[in-house]
Amino acid sequence: MSPNLLYSTEEQDLRASVRDLLTDRCPPERVLERCEEGETGDPALWHTLATQLGATSLHVPDELGGQGASVREVAVVAEELGRFVAPVPFLGSAVLATSALLGCRAGQQRDAVLADVAAGNRTATLVVPLSSCVGGSFPTAVRAGEGRLSGSVRTVADGASADCLIVPARGADGPELYVVDAAEGRVAVDAVTSFDITRPVSDVEFDDVAGVRIADPDLAATVLDDAVRTGAGVLASEQVGVAEWCLDSTVEYLKQRYQFGRALASYQALKHRLADLWYELVVARAAARYAADQLATASDDAPVAVGVAQSLCARVARHAAEECVQLHGGIGMTWEHPAHLYLKRAKADEIALGSPSAHHGVLGPLVDLHPAP
Amino acid sequence: MSESVTDTAELDAEGLRSRTREFLASNDPATTDRGEFLRARFDAGLAWVHYPEGLGGLGAPRALQSVVDAELEAAGAPDNEPSRIGIGLGMAAPTILAFGTDEQKQRFLRPLWTGDEVWCQLFSEPGAGSDLASVGTRAEREGDGWRVTGQKVWTSSAHNARWAILLTRTDPDAPKHKGMSYFVCDMTDPGVEVRPLRQITGEAEFNEVFLNEAWIPDSNRLGEVGEGWRVAQTTLMNERVAIGGRPMPREGGMSGVVADTWRKRPEGADAATYDRLMALWVEAEALRLAGKRLGQQLAAGSPGPEGSAMKLGFARLSQELSGLELELLGQEGLRYDDWSLRRPETVNFTGRTAGYRYLRAKGNSIEGGTSEVLRNIIAERVLGLPAEARADKDVPWKDLPR
Ligand SMILES: Cc1cc2nc3c(=O)[nH]c(=O)nc-3n(C[C@H](O)[C@H](O)[C@H](O)COP(=O)(O)OP(=O)(O)OC[C@H]3O[C@@H](n4cnc5c(N)ncnc54)[C@H](O)[C@@H]3O)c2cc1C
Repeated sequence: MSPNLLYSTEEQDLRASVRDLLTDRCPPERVLERCEEGETGDPALWHTLATQLGATSLHVPDELGGQGASVREVAVVAEELGRFVAPVPFLGSAVLATSALLGCRAGQQRDAVLADVAAGNRTATLVVPLSSCVGGSFPTAVRAGEGRLSGSVRTVADGASADCLIVPARGADGPELYVVDAAEGRVAVDAVTSFDITRPVSDVEFDDVAGVRIADPDLAATVLDDAVRTGAGVLASEQVGVAEWCLDSTVEYLKQRYQFGRALASYQALKHRLADLWYELVVARAAARYAADQLATASDDAPVAVGVAQSLCARVARHAAEECVQLHGGIGMTWEHPAHLYLKRAKADEIALGSPSAHHGVLGPLVDLHPAP
Repeated sequence: MSESVTDTAELDAEGLRSRTREFLASNDPATTDRGEFLRARFDAGLAWVHYPEGLGGLGAPRALQSVVDAELEAAGAPDNEPSRIGIGLGMAAPTILAFGTDEQKQRFLRPLWTGDEVWCQLFSEPGAGSDLASVGTRAEREGDGWRVTGQKVWTSSAHNARWAILLTRTDPDAPKHKGMSYFVCDMTDPGVEVRPLRQITGEAEFNEVFLNEAWIPDSNRLGEVGEGWRVAQTTLMNERVAIGGRPMPREGGMSGVVADTWRKRPEGADAATYDRLMALWVEAEALRLAGKRLGQQLAAGSPGPEGSAMKLGFARLSQELSGLELELLGQEGLRYDDWSLRRPETVNFTGRTAGYRYLRAKGNSIEGGTSEVLRNIIAERVLGLPAEARADKDVPWKDLPR
C-alpha cells in the first residue's frame, strides 16, 4: 500500500487536543518564565500530557496499557511539542526509552516498566549521549558484570526527570540492555547546563549498581539501533514543528512591524526569504511524514526514510530559527523574546541523534552511494 | 466499448482497471497501428479519465489515471509521447476545456491528445515576460475575425506546432489587465513566421514568432473579448502544475543521473563532494515525496498551495545537481557534445551530456514563470504578505512607460 503522507482525521484530532493544552499551559512566555526561574521542566504539564491525553502510551500495544496507535501519532505529538518548545521529557521517555522497551522481549520485568512508563506513573530515558547516531557501534561506556553496572555516560537527554534508566552496557558476552532505578544510591545523575534550555541534559554515572537485564547480546544492539532510529525519525517531526513556529511568528512580526513608512513584510528581499523558508517547510513535512509512516509500518524503507527526514529537517529547522532571529532584528537578540528558545532547540536538534552529515554517511550506502574512497 | 461497465458507479479503481482490460482485449497494441490505437483510447474515455465523456475521459477522479496508465504500460501499449506535446497537454487542453465552446472542444482536444497536432504557447514578447499582462501584440476586429500583428519570443516548439494559444491586446485604451483577448492561432496561416532562436545550449528549442496581419476567425477565440487575462490565468496555473508535478520514482529525475555518475566514477569524488551529493539527493527525494503528498491532497479533494513549491524546488535541484555532475566528471566535464544549431522535437535531459544538462537547467528557473516571480506568488498568496506597490494597474495600457 502506498504510504499515507497526510494527517488522518484521528491524527488531526490528536494534534488539536495537544495544541489546545499547550496553548493554554505552555505559551512561549510561560516557557521563558520557567527558564528564568531555573526550572528545567514542567512536571505538571508532563503529567497532564501522560494521564489526560495519553501522549506517553501512543505506540504501546493495548495489552500493555497503551493505545495501540503507532509512530505516526507519536510524531504528531512531537510536532506540536516542537512548535511550543515544551519542556517535557517526551523524547527521552515516550520515544527513546519506550521504543527500546518495546524492542525487548516480553517478560515480567520489561512489561511492568513499560506499562508504568506508558501510564505516566514513571518517567524513563535511554542512557546514551543525545548526539548518538543510528549505525554507530554499541557503546562501551558502561560495563556490566553479574548484574551490576559501572561507568559513565555524558549528555543524556531528559536524565534528571527520569525515575528509571534504560542502559546499554557491555557484558561479558557482548551488548546488553538494563533497567536501572534512578533512585539507587550508586547512581548519580548530574544535570549539566544545557545549550537547549528547554531540553535538559545530564551526565549519568553508575558505580557498581544493580540492574535488571532486559535484552541479551542476541538482541541488544538491534534494539538500541532501532530505538535511536525511531528517535531520529520522530525528531524530524519535532523539527517541522519548530520550523513552522519560526516561520509563522516571523511572518506575523514582519506584517505588523513598520519601518521606512511601510510594513517590513512588503519588502521583496524579505518576502523571498520567507518564501524560501516556506518551500523548505513543504519538503521537510513530506519527508517527516514519510519517515513516521515507514517507522509505523516497520517498512524496509524506514532506514532510508529516517536518514532523509532527519538530515533534511534538521537543517530546515535550524535555518528557520536563524532567519527568525535575524528578521526580528534587535528584539530577536533579546532574552525576553522567545526566538532564542527555538534557535537553541533547533541547533541542538541538528546535533541530536545524528548530524546531517552523519546521517548522510549512514544513508548513502543504503542507496548504493558510497563515500569517496 | 463494452456495455457491462457504463454506469458511473463503477468509476473506481477496479472499474477502470477492468474497463482498460476490455479495451486492450479489443485493441491489441501489438497489432494495432499506433495512431489508431491512441485515437481508439481517446474515444474509449481512457485518455484522461477526469475529462468529460466524449472528450477523452469518463468524468472519473483524476487520481485514477494512474490505474489506467499502469494497465496500458504493462500491456506494452504505445503512449502519446507526452514530452513532445507538453504544451498541448499541460496548458492548451485545460484552457480549452475550461473556456472552449463545444465545437472547439470537439475540434481540438482529440488530435491534441493523440499528438497528431502539436501546440505551442504564444504568450511572451520582447517587452512582456514576467509582466505578461503588458503584451502588445494587437488583434483588430475585421469582419468575422481578427487581424493580428506583433512579435512573440522564446516560443518553444513553434517550429513543430500546428496550433498556438495566443494572448493579444484588443483594447489599448483599457488598463492592461482588461484589454486582452485569447485566441487559438493557426500556425500555418501565411501571416505567421517562425524563426529559430538559438539558446545557450547551441540548439534552437525555442523561436521568435512574427505575426504579420495573421488571420484568426472569431470562432477561434477562447473566452470573451477583453477576458484574455482570466483565460491566461488558467493556462499559467496549469503550466506550473505541469512543470513541477509529475509523479516520479526515487532517483527518477536529475538526482538519478548524478547518482549514477557518482557510482561509476568514484575517482573524481572526495569527502566534501560526497556530503554535497547526499544533501542534494536527500532534498530531491524529499521534493519527490512532497509531490506525492500533493497528489494525495488533490485526491482527497483538498489541494494545498504546495504546488508552487514544486516548481521552485525542481528548478533549484536540477541546477545544483547538474552543476555537481559536471564537477564530478572532471576532465570530461571540459568537453561538450555539440554546439551546432539544431531544432529538437523534445527536451531530453538524459539523452545528452552533462554540459548540456547544466546549461539547459538554467532555463528551469526562467520558463513558465521565473523563480523570483514564484517567490512573489508564494509570499503574497500563501503567506499573505503585502503585494508590491504598483503603478500600472489603473492606467490605460497605451500610456504605460516602456
Ligand atoms: C527555455 C525557455 C522556454 C520558454 N518557452 C516559452 C514558450 O513556449 N512560450 C512563451 O510564451 N514563453 C516562453 N518562455 C519565456 C518565459 O516565460 C519568460 O522568459 C519568463 O516569463 C521571464 O520573462 P523575461 O524573459 O521577459 O524576463 P523578465 O521578466 O524581464 O525578468 C528578468 C529578471 O527579473 C526578474 N523579475 C521580473 N519581475 C520581477 C518581479 N516582479 N520581482 C522580482 N524579480 C522580477 C526575473 O525573475 C528575472 O530574473 C520560455 C523561456 C525559456 C527560458
